[in-house]
Amino acid sequence: MSYITKIKEISEKILKDCTVEMVIGFRKGTVPMMNEPCFAKTPAEVKQFVWDGNCGINLVNYLSDRKEKIGIVAKGCDSRNIVTHILENKIKREQLYIIGVPCLGMIDRRRISAAFGTEITEVREDGDQVIVTGPGSEKTFNRTDVMQENCAICIHRNPVIFDEMVADPLEEQKEVDRYADVRHIESLAPDGKWAFFEGILDACIRCYACRNACPLCYCPTCFVDEHRPQWVGKSQDPIDIRTFHFLRAYHCAGRCTDCGACERACPVGIPMRQFTKKLEKDCLELFDWEAGITLDIRPALDSYRPNDPDEFIK
Amino acid sequence: MRIVTIDKKKLVADLDKLRGDYRIFVPVKEEKYYSFCELLDGVAPDFDYLNTRMSPKALIYPQSEVMFEYSLDETREDHHTVKEVSKNYAPRAVFGIRPCDVKAFSLVGKNFVTPEYKDPYWLKAFEATTFIGYACNEPCNSCFCTTAGCGPFHEEGLDVLLVDTGDNWLAKVLTEKGEKLVAAAGWNTAVPDTAEQIDVLKQSAEDKIVSHVTTDRLKDQDTIALYEASFWEDVSFSCINCGTCTFVCPTCWCFDIQDENRGKNGQRMRNWDSCMFPLFTLHGSGHNPRGTKRHRVRQRFMHKLKYYVDKYDEGIQCVGCGRCVRLCPVNIDIRRVCELMNSHGEAAVCEVK
Repeated sequence: MSYITKIKEISEKILKDCTVEMVIGFRKGTVPMMNEPCFAKTPAEVKQFVWDGNCGINLVNYLSDRKEKIGIVAKGCDSRNIVTHILENKIKREQLYIIGVPCLGMIDRRRISAAFGTEITEVREDGDQVIVTGPGSEKTFNRTDVMQENCAICIHRNPVIFDEMVADPLEEQKEVDRYADVRHIESLAPDGKWAFFEGILDACIRCYACRNACPLCYCPTCFVDEHRPQWVGKSQDPIDIRTFHFLRAYHCAGRCTDCGACERACPVGIPMRQFTKKLEKDCLELFDWEAGITLDIRPALDSYRPNDPDEFIK
Repeated sequence: MRIVTIDKKKLVADLDKLRGDYRIFVPVKEEKYYSFCELLDGVAPDFDYLNTRMSPKALIYPQSEVMFEYSLDETREDHHTVKEVSKNYAPRAVFGIRPCDVKAFSLVGKNFVTPEYKDPYWLKAFEATTFIGYACNEPCNSCFCTTAGCGPFHEEGLDVLLVDTGDNWLAKVLTEKGEKLVAAAGWNTAVPDTAEQIDVLKQSAEDKIVSHVTTDRLKDQDTIALYEASFWEDVSFSCINCGTCTFVCPTCWCFDIQDENRGKNGQRMRNWDSCMFPLFTLHGSGHNPRGTKRHRVRQRFMHKLKYYVDKYDEGIQCVGCGRCVRLCPVNIDIRRVCELMNSHGEAAVCEVK
């Protein structure tokens, strides 16, 4: 049975028997390689749900502080953000019915657009192949060649928490080198690091799509929106832009699941994950910590262990 | 009105020559995207583009614009005196801008230039600029200009319209400003029957527009009924309240004024703002009249598709460039919302009849 048939079947069931008041999923987008997050409150509304390689938006973003009982379609990364949300008291486990999806990886629409060259009118998926159509031309790509980068190096494709799975778990990817890019930046001299981050921030228009697409960024008022006092200027000043991105990244330390929602949302193509991945690597190396894997251990940055690797804290 | 030809091979040299009289802005490819840049030494114009990623509204209305400066140094006689900064309003020409983006300036002008108020920064920049439009022979499949009061060969606001005929461009001169620029560039070669050639290409381009909006009922819709329509919850659910749609939109004009000090020196500037941001409407009291994303999403669409329509009676506040459709991170589509608004209550109206 296909994922979507099962997603619809479960969604209808839990709406009918009043297990939940709404189910959050995706509906087909109006442009190629885009789906839109949506909700169903009645079994009839479940019909609009779709599942394919364009469901990269992290749906946990839509759970924060909701009071209803909610069904949610969750990929591996989404499920890890659900764990983080529960640990951070943004939602209660008993409010949720988690429909787990073993994830085959999401399509990188920018990569496909760049590789295709001209306008794209349709993108279809057929097993391991992605077939792209434009006016007068068609190209077929291997799925693995056009996946979002975070999906290509994902080692948690299966949901870590769920009420029901739509299919058997997938074999997780083994011997993945998650941090080649981080090691490259680490190897640069300070000038080189500076130039690297300045370079990727050049295009920022401060629309805050990265922050707003992120399930971790739920502060009632973000520090860049504080105005009494106002911490950060509002212009295109590079210092203010840098301040926003660097501080935001640090707020995500030990919490980021590398779901890639920020990078996917950015309208100007900034490789947003370069800000958070170093922190993820540090958390893993220093504290043996991966975000959102278990409800039983407090996160690295809100707990103290006597064997803390930092000398100053002892 | 006359039509002259421009030899593509000589174009860069001709534009270089024009640099004596104008600051020239051209589309340039930056990695994966196009944007308008000033033609300086080493800048290579690239006209093989569909649409720039950001709308070129920043050419007239920059994202951040310093208006005044002041000193807080009380040892200076002029401390705490706000002084206008000097700006370069020398003639400029935007070469190769899409007709929709130029039409957008006409819409934005309704806000910045009124009988009561004239925004000096916008107006001076606008008046200093000659717009050399570039007709779209191959419109994007998310463009819906023809049903948004515009079109791939739309001439409104243009001084010259360029039409690509393969080896050459035809330049249709539309205004005095355009005539002046064409003369300065030395483009004088007229070829017979070119008007018909342009008409054929225009028809062909319009036929290629596959995306449409229906706006015929918007004006007659009851404002309160639309405001309270039940579809807003569904429309706004996915919105993450980023400012992408408003920042990439050629017709969004809202700004915020900020003072920024460094040491004893300060600047008063205006920055693009967005009705998607909660801070946009936050009152000093702490109350926010548009406190939820449903309020904010509704405001954006009601403004573009209802309030603007009612106030000016000149169509919608949208030129159909499709940028918000292409760049919205969660695929909220103005075409779909326009359809919901336009057809709202349709069944009920039919029943009454």
